[in-house]
Amino acid sequence: MATTLPPYATTGQKIWYYAFRVFCGLVFFYLIFPILIVIPLSFNAQDFFTFTPEMLRLDPAGYSLKHYRDFLGANGDYSWLQAFSNSLIIAPAATLLSVSLGTLAAIGLSQPHVPYKRQIMALLISPMIVPLIITSAGMFFFYSSVSLQGTLAGVILAHAALGIPFVIITVTATLSSFDRSLTRAAANMGADPVTTFFKVQMPLILPGVISGGLFAFITSFDEVVVVLLVGSAGQKTLPWQMFIGLREQISPTILAVATILVVISIALLTTVEMLRRRSEKLRGMSPG
Amino acid sequence: MAETSTNGPMLAADGTPLKQSLAKALKRQKRMALLLIAPLLIFVLVSFIMPIGSMLMRSVQNTAGTDYVPDILPNVVVALEDWDPATGELPSEAAFKAMAIDFAAAFENKQHTQLGRRFNYETPGMSSLFRKSGRPISRLKIDQVTDFKSELIGMDKDWGKIEYWATIKANSGYYTASYYMAAFDAERTLDGVQMKEPDQRIYQKLMIRTLWLSALITLCTLAVGYPVAWLLADLPLRTSNLLMILVLLPFWTSLLVRTSAWKILLQEQGVINDIWVAIGFTERLSLINNQLGVVIAMTHILLPFMILPLYSVMKTIPPSYLRAAKSLGADNTTAFLRVYFPQTLPGIGAGALLTFILAVGYFITPELVGGADGTFISNRIYFQFSSMGNWGLAAALGTIMLLIVLLLYYVYDKLVGIDNVKLG
Amino acid sequence: MKLTKMMMTTTALTLAAGAAFAESHGSMAGEMTVVSWGGAYQNSQVKAYIEPYQAMNDGLKVITDESSAEAVTKLRAMAEAGNITWDVVDVVAADAMRLCDEGLAMEIDPDTMLADAPDGTKAADDFGDLMVSSCFVPQIVYSTTFGYRTDLLPEAPTSVCDIFDTEKFPGKRSLEKRPIGNMEWALICDGVAIDDVYTTLETPEGVAQAFAKLDTIKDNVVWWSAGAETPQLLADGEVTIGSTYNGRLFSAIAEQGQPIGMLWDWQMFDLDGWIIPANLPAERQARALDFLKFATDTQRLADQAKFISYGPARASSAPLVGKHAELGIEMAPHMPTDPNNAKNTFLFNYDWWASYRDDLDAQFQAWLLK
Repeated sequence: MATTLPPYATTGQKIWYYAFRVFCGLVFFYLIFPILIVIPLSFNAQDFFTFTPEMLRLDPAGYSLKHYRDFLGANGDYSWLQAFSNSLIIAPAATLLSVSLGTLAAIGLSQPHVPYKRQIMALLISPMIVPLIITSAGMFFFYSSVSLQGTLAGVILAHAALGIPFVIITVTATLSSFDRSLTRAAANMGADPVTTFFKVQMPLILPGVISGGLFAFITSFDEVVVVLLVGSAGQKTLPWQMFIGLREQISPTILAVATILVVISIALLTTVEMLRRRSEKLRGMSPG
Repeated sequence: MAETSTNGPMLAADGTPLKQSLAKALKRQKRMALLLIAPLLIFVLVSFIMPIGSMLMRSVQNTAGTDYVPDILPNVVVALEDWDPATGELPSEAAFKAMAIDFAAAFENKQHTQLGRRFNYETPGMSSLFRKSGRPISRLKIDQVTDFKSELIGMDKDWGKIEYWATIKANSGYYTASYYMAAFDAERTLDGVQMKEPDQRIYQKLMIRTLWLSALITLCTLAVGYPVAWLLADLPLRTSNLLMILVLLPFWTSLLVRTSAWKILLQEQGVINDIWVAIGFTERLSLINNQLGVVIAMTHILLPFMILPLYSVMKTIPPSYLRAAKSLGADNTTAFLRVYFPQTLPGIGAGALLTFILAVGYFITPELVGGADGTFISNRIYFQFSSMGNWGLAAALGTIMLLIVLLLYYVYDKLVGIDNVKLG
Repeated sequence: MKLTKMMMTTTALTLAAGAAFAESHGSMAGEMTVVSWGGAYQNSQVKAYIEPYQAMNDGLKVITDESSAEAVTKLRAMAEAGNITWDVVDVVAADAMRLCDEGLAMEIDPDTMLADAPDGTKAADDFGDLMVSSCFVPQIVYSTTFGYRTDLLPEAPTSVCDIFDTEKFPGKRSLEKRPIGNMEWALICDGVAIDDVYTTLETPEGVAQAFAKLDTIKDNVVWWSAGAETPQLLADGEVTIGSTYNGRLFSAIAEQGQPIGMLWDWQMFDLDGWIIPANLPAERQARALDFLKFATDTQRLADQAKFISYGPARASSAPLVGKHAELGIEMAPHMPTDPNNAKNTFLFNYDWWASYRDDLDAQFQAWLLK
């Protein structure tokens, strides 16, 4: 597979080259089309899930912000806004918990001599692997028995556990390329371990910590199965509200919410990409 | 020159032997590392591992409501000890008396219907018997009744059914295998445990369907993802970074957004069908609420988990290998099959295993786009758990599924290594 | 066993701080969580009961939850956890009976806790036979029945057995993905007398007979699990006949003007109403009882019928049922209990299904997988 077609390519090679490109183009289209399609549809002036003739004619009358106003409670129903603000409490709290504990543990795990390292890693990554229905059923039983079912604290704990693998993966990945002689140098020059951590180690692994945090954030911000079982009405999150809307009757407000969420994902993805490049540059791994 | 060295061990600055000092330092390092890991380990243990443990317990605990069956029926358990259902005779008078006593106490504690429900999982009809018998039995004057057997059977002839008593006897321990029996489509009959009729084996069929659809989805992601990963690995970094965003954006987009997008696109009156009709076809396609819908949507959702590991492996294969193969006379197909493809096998293994593991556990997408024939075992677990309230069966099914996933996870760890999971 | 108990206790202690924080958050005064089914039904409750009640109680915050379908499971867990976050719960009668039997719902004394009718009739007499459990305050009578596309069928179906006649009434049908209702209709249309339906279903031959009848249309069935699906499928023309709750069909016909007709033959009646979870803290219980008394009085029950076509559970409310709040049409003829609609009916047999549901559900699932 060559990036450019050499001038001496045969017809067969040319066909193959273009067919391959077209196929990849179609896959990219398949990847991105469903996500982008919700954006124009969310401005539909009517309660349909498809393009109306007015929209196809680009008639301004076919478009409106109706669904966004409904999201904001213009129809007297503030449940979307309430769910959104619940999500904005739960996700950051869970992220904080998983990032602080996860970063410490990742630093511990990347020390040269850790007994049972592989087993510990396997255990810490397992929340990503175990099917959510099993995790949430287990949490439902166990949190019920310790009075955490239906509480805010319970949902935050549960979501923090789900975010741990992402923090561990990203931070250990950053640490694996961390030059250990830097901490020794700092120690040599008389810095105590705490100073060394904050002045030397932290700035270098910060990009990894932040992107792990963003992964943990989006995990909680997206999660619906666990919150359905562990949470109660007081902790109704945005995905929960969307799930109800999808299962019961498809309310077009979902399109507006989906668009908002897509915009948030684009923002998060951009941040992570920038951080990744910055960290690679800092560690001299990539030309940037 | 004075001779200062000794024959003793090398000493560290503080005068202790160096070897000892190093061992001490190593020990300290280990302790330090564990100290850093400990808080998270405890956290994961409490918030995640113990919940799963409590689910495992539920699958074998023989409870009705919050109490164990033998604790609710202590006298009945003792009285039935010597009774053998195979004789075809009803239990003794003592057993009927014990039942009257225990039942009245259970009624007092509002446990009799839960008990009935527990037995009803195995023998339909018992729930109704227990519910109806609640008040009448509690009104019996225990010390005045002389013949409990005819008293109870007179109250409800179902108390004279041997299979009901056999179910009670079979479920009189603190632990039970009956939820696993149900999960494996077996049942207890008067002749012992037997498999159900082949056409009644629903969990087997659902499990096979889940594994088969997951495999199909994994295959689809591989077929669609392999060329894309190859292209990305082959393009100059600047271009591939840009195209990579098209792979990563779906990865970062809410699962619910992607599922609802597919629901909107695929439905009968949706965008794709509208285009289909606009082209000139008259028959609208049913693309959703069936297996096809699940495969289309889940392939899309899981595609990044295939592309990313493939990409990171392909990135390490020098393009010169393919050129070398070709210059040595191999045609395109041979060069690909003999040189490039074998080197990407680790990536295929990593991507396929991860995709398959994640697919097997899917719940939301099959629930929303799966219809009647595209649902997974997860959906059945949720149904048993929330609608039917049969927590024991839900836990048993969950445990079986957990074992399958853990086995795959173990294979993944052996083949790929957990520390090699890549996220973008 | 001891080890688990000990582990749980330790965990409880570790997490006590978190739980304490959460509890103080949950039981804030002036807050009430009302659980119902979501959709148009819950909206009608908000308009008829919750909003007027909030107008009378300044500053009361009402949280709505749509978890009624999981009510029994969640209340069991809450009771086990000793942390009940719900105040008033809308459930079907069968679930109310289960919750009452298990001591998870509080007993309601109709004489002291509910409002009498305006003419002085005692609440217990006003609700009559519909008070099927001592914990349950009935609210509405609804039915699961059929709607059909008036424009896509050659003639209007008049009998429930017409759904089994794909030649005379072509097109797909939508049926609920559970045995309840479908098994009864199948047997009725296979010539079993209504009184013998359940004794027939208790035998393997009877179950086989019902499945055999359903087999005749199996390839033409779209299975639904949420009440909103059939109206949508009918509107899309994907099915020509489908079962759902009568109120859903009403909104499709009257509010959205869809070309749908009602087939009331052998509709299956069911009851829906309120329960209050047992062992609520005194303050919240008093609030819940106060709301319940208000929301189930004669006028309020009649008010709900302005928004949705479900029959009010009080006899005294029936004459007060007026016109639709926005459309101005008379609601009485759209009620499932209207004599013209209720010629052939049967009541959802709670007791029988309580015993046979697990078993028949598994068999139904197996039949679907065939």
